This record gives sequence, structure tokens and C-alpha cells, in this order.
Amino acid sequence: MIFSELYGAYYNTVAAILSEAISHPVSDGELREIVKKYAFGESIVSILGALKEERWQLLKADGTTPIKNPPSLPLSILQKKWLKAVACDPRIRLFGEIDFDFPEVEPLFLPSDVIVFDKYSDGDDYTDETYISNFRLILDAIRNKYPLEIETLNRRGNPVCQEILPEYLEYSDKDDKFRLIGAGSRFGSTINIGRITSCKPCAKIYKMNQGKRNLSRPRRVIFELKDQRNALERVLLHFAHFEKRAKKIDDERYSVMVNYDKEDETEMVIRVLSFGPMIKVTAPKHFVDLMKRRLIDQKSCEQ
Amino acid sequence: MAYSELVKNFNRIREYMREFYVYGFKSRDEYTRKSARSYDDERRRLESWLGDYMQFRQTPEGKNVFISIDSRVSGHNPLYKAWKTKSFTDGDITLHFILFDILSDSDICMTTGQITEQIDTYLSQFSKPKMFDESTVRKKLKEYVAEGLLKAEKKGKTVYYRRAKVTPLPDTDVLDYFSEVLPCGVIGSFLLDKAGQHEKHFAFKHHYITGAMDSEILYSLFAALREKRSITLQTVNRCKDRMVENHVVPLKIMLSVQSGRQYLMAYMPRFKRITSFRTDNIVSVKSEEICERFDELENKLEGMLPHMWGVSTQSRLGDRLEHVEFKVRYADNECHIRKRLEREKRCGTVEHLDDNTSRFSADVFDASEMIPWIRTFICRITDIHFSNVQLEEQFKNDIKEMYALYGLEGDKEI
Repeated sequence: MIFSELYGAYYNTVAAILSEAISHPVSDGELREIVKKYAFGESIVSILGALKEERWQLLKADGTTPIKNPPSLPLSILQKKWLKAVACDPRIRLFGEIDFDFPEVEPLFLPSDVIVFDKYSDGDDYTDETYISNFRLILDAIRNKYPLEIETLNRRGNPVCQEILPEYLEYSDKDDKFRLIGAGSRFGSTINIGRITSCKPCAKIYKMNQGKRNLSRPRRVIFELKDQRNALERVLLHFAHFEKRAKKIDDERYSVMVNYDKEDETEMVIRVLSFGPMIKVTAPKHFVDLMKRRLIDQKSCEQ
Repeated sequence: MAYSELVKNFNRIREYMREFYVYGFKSRDEYTRKSARSYDDERRRLESWLGDYMQFRQTPEGKNVFISIDSRVSGHNPLYKAWKTKSFTDGDITLHFILFDILSDSDICMTTGQITEQIDTYLSQFSKPKMFDESTVRKKLKEYVAEGLLKAEKKGKTVYYRRAKVTPLPDTDVLDYFSEVLPCGVIGSFLLDKAGQHEKHFAFKHHYITGAMDSEILYSLFAALREKRSITLQTVNRCKDRMVENHVVPLKIMLSVQSGRQYLMAYMPRFKRITSFRTDNIVSVKSEEICERFDELENKLEGMLPHMWGVSTQSRLGDRLEHVEFKVRYADNECHIRKRLEREKRCGTVEHLDDNTSRFSADVFDASEMIPWIRTFICRITDIHFSNVQLEEQFKNDIKEMYALYGLEGDKEI
């Protein structure tokens, strides 16, 4: 069972409390800090109450515990099964030569049990040895915070070299690609890992170009939605991964506001277009004009 | 019963999370199916678990509650928190920590009686010690054996218990990444809880997190699928607000990374056909007998995939296949359109007719599934044809309606 107290926040919190109480009497202040860190907004009352009133007979009145060892648990069958499924995924090689030695369990699922039917077909090749070694080096540079010298090919096929201090990797399920996000070049850096032709630690002493990183450029679109052909559910699910708000106007119409980043504007335009007449963009004017431009061009195709 | 932050049953909270996260425009009065108190309790729980992700808006109809999450920024799926809220008894938690302290090493091996005696020693340090009888302790030990946390060994007639061997956790980068991208990723999140705080090195774009709410359902489906078992599915029909039960053979899980929807593809013996079920409509999964025809049915589905754009396996008009083709034009500096067609064509075929024109064609079970994608090429579609005439008419009427929406009927321009 996934829904089990064994994996619950309360058990984790109590484990953390007992780990402290083994070495010294835990004060009320410490208890509160631990509960705040591991549990939820209203957990303090219930966890502290249960321990203090000795309903959970684990912590004595003086803040010590009869427990002798820091609480720990072996991996459960559920966890082993999932890890075995991870080991079957081709992307696992990006992280090193990893195998989980649990002969007693079968993987929860195999890659062949799952079909992602709408991801793009030009995703990264996770079996390519150069890709794998670049990925591992980049991940190491992120962990250990050292700069890299990376060469990619530009659109014209010419090599472009840049120095970058890698910060994190961004993965897109839809594109099935990794991008490296870092700081350093003139305008900040985003590099598709699949486009890298050469990657090595920066040989010369590197001065980070402070402030030159990819800053987000928040934008917002507001549209009116007509709930026909199950559009309400389809639209709200489709835009669910953005910060958004929906407001009911009347029985069939809703106003929806979605926040996105400027770099994704073209993608937003075509995503809105995909809902056809179920969506009418109402603001900002700039976005309305982008919609109109596409429709005018379409009209010209029909003549 | 007094309010508690924890819950016994996940299904109810699953419904509320879906409402607050996906929709988020309903006022308190609109949650008519449940009592007002139930609504208040669930809302309070979600507020407690999700903190700042829960937001409020005052409207003339009342206060609206919604969950708003930019998954590109959040790093980890916040909805996983809901899976860490299972309620338990005072006895459960007391026994848990004492049991694993007694069996602190996999070399320690004890009988139920010996463990029960030791438990009493631990509890004697409290002013009003709890008493656990041997049968309660045995029941708990058996539970942990079933979870794989303890091993039971029989020597003669006596059963001895020991802790399962400790295995090191994988690297946190492995867990951070796969807990977000693989089905049942919440299990990875449980492992991350064991790993403690660490620096995160991954972010996720186009990342749908709603599937997290169906993790237990997916887990049961995978278990049946791996064992080639039939199942009884209980599903909810939200439009008709009623429950339906079906006996089916699970064959594949199909995922959409462009809508976040998850589907079970299954054979329905009653109708002798393979069909899809949305996992968020599945309420329960009951494992049944092993299906002898599993491999044959799985092959049948494999054979259908070249004609499936999405998950639909049937034409709306009852035709075997529906043909779709359209042409797009692009300027010399718009070569990315060619690339787009190639990478997004799925089971379709793309022909490049000249430097500025390409034709897409496909024969699929249900052409209506393709319409949203075809619309993304609006501004460059020069010719389109569906063998399903009604669909073609609807597509063209929709475009006309879009012109009207933006005041572009007739010869009007910006």
C-alpha cells in the first residue's frame, strides 16, 4: 500500500525527534522546530499533545526516550519494486552504472508497460555514450560548482564555444530533452545537452559573470472559455502545470488567467489555438493581436 | 469525531484535491455532494498540508479555494504530501518505534514472546504503561513481514523475526529526477524523506503533477499487469454521477505529457474490445484470476498502435479507419515547421512537396483526437480533408467561429 503511515510525515517527524532524544533531553523549543521542519502546518498541536500526554509512549516527561538507537527502517517491498523499475529505465545510465540488488522482488513495471503517446520524437538519445559522458560531467560540475567550457553547433552548423557555471538541469517531459541552465555568458545560458559537441572543465581561472543568468520574464494571458465539448476540463487540465486562476462568469463561460514565461510565448499561442473557438483571448492586447495575426494568415491560405 | 490533520481514506481527499487544483472556481456552497462540515475539514487539511500553494479569492458567491502551483518552479511535486497523511492509532506508532528499536540490527532474531517482554520493559518507564498482548504484537510483526521490513524464519514450530537487511539508498539526484518523471513517483518521494535535506539539481518544464493523485490506482494496475491478471475496475462517470463496475484485462498504461492524463488500456470481454479508462476516473482496482489470453490481447493492442493518435480505438461513426490529410505552407525562414511536423507526426506520414509545402496524412481509428493538434498549424493550413465528413465540417466551422470571435469575419482585418 502506498497510503500507509509507514511513509507518513508524522512517523518521519517522530523518528527525527527520537534521534535527538537519544543523545539529550529534547526541549519544547526543539520539538517545535522538528515538527515544523518535518510535518504540516497544524501538526504541532497533535504531535506535541500525543507525546506529552504519553498517548504515544516514546518520549518521557523529561525529554528523554527509552529508544536506544536512531530510528531507521530497511527498504520496503514497495520501495524496492519502484527502484527496480527505475533501474530498467534507459535514463538511469546518465547517473552512473547503477543496479539495485534486490533479487527477491520484481520491478513494479517495465518500460514496455508504459506508452507515452504524445512526446516529441526528436528527444535526447540516452544511449549515446558521448551524451552520457557529457551529462555525467555536467551533473558533477553542478554538484561541485565548477565551470565548464562547452561547445555546441549553432543553427548554421558552426561551432560556438561558451564558458558556463552550471546551476541545474531542466527536463521537459514533452520534448524529452534535458537543458543545462547556468550563469556566465553575456545573456545567461541555456544549453540543450543533446546539442553539445564537446564539454570539459574550464581550464583557465574563471570569473563568474555575476547577474548574467536566465532571469524569468513573467507574462500573463487571460482568456474566456466556453464550456462546450468538455472544454472546461480539457483546458484546465491542459494548463494545470502553470500558475493559474479560473473564475466562473455564468453557467457556460469562465475566465481563466494563466501565467507563463516570455520565452514560451509562441508555444502558448499555439496551445491556445489548439482549443479552437472554445477559447477567446481577452487580454493583453499584444496576445490578442498574436491570435488575430495567425487567423488572418489562415484566411489568406484559404483564398 | 474531532478534527484530525490525518485521514484514513485517500479517495475523498483525492476528489477535493482534484477540484481545488484543476478547477478552483467553486464556492463552498457548490460542494453540495458532501456536507458543509466535510468540506470545511478537507479544506483545512489541504491548507495545513500544502501551505502557501492553497489560495483564496472572495467572490459575490462566497470564498473560492484553489491550489495554484507552477510546477517549473516548485522542484518537487507538492501533491505528494497528501500521501504522507495516513492516520494511525496511538498503539501503532508506539509499537512501531519500539519494535524496530528492539530489532535494531538484522543479526538480532527473536520470537513474538521475547519481543513482547522487551516491549514491556520499554513501556515500564512511563507513568501509565500501555499493555500490548502477544497477539497484537504478532499481528504487527506479520504486517511488517508483508511490507518486507522484517523477515520471519521458522525453526521447528517457533517463528523468529529479524529486521530485513539494510541497503544503501541511491543517490539523491537519481531520486529527485525519477520521483518526478516515473509513474508512482511518490515512492521516490518516500525514499527522499529517508535521505534528508539536500541540494536539488533538477527542474521540470511542461510538468504535470496531477497524476500523483492516482498513484495507488496505478500501483494496483501495474501489479495486475505484471502478473497478467484480470481485474474488476470500479469507475466513476462524472457526468452522470454514478459508479460503474467492469471486468477487464489490463494491457498497458498510456500517458499524455501534453495534458497530464493517464489511461489504462484494457480488454473488455463483455464487449470484446480494447478500450481506454482514465485513471482519475478509477475508484478501485480488484485483482482477479490470471488471464490466459494476456499475450494475445497485448499483441492485438500493439497491432492497433499504428492507427491510434491518442487512446481512442474506435471511430465515432463506426468506420474501421478514418483518413486525414492536410497541407501546410511555410516561408523560407520557417524551416522549423518541417521539423515540427516530423517530430510531432506520431503515427502519421509527412511528405515535403517542395521547399515551402508539406503534406501530413494519417489513417487513424478516431480522427477527432487529432483536431487540437491540427489547429496548432492555423495560419498555414492550405488544404485539409477528413474522410469523416462531419468532422471536416466541424473543423471548418470552428475556424469560421474563431474568425468571428476576433471580429475577422468577411474581409475585416486588425
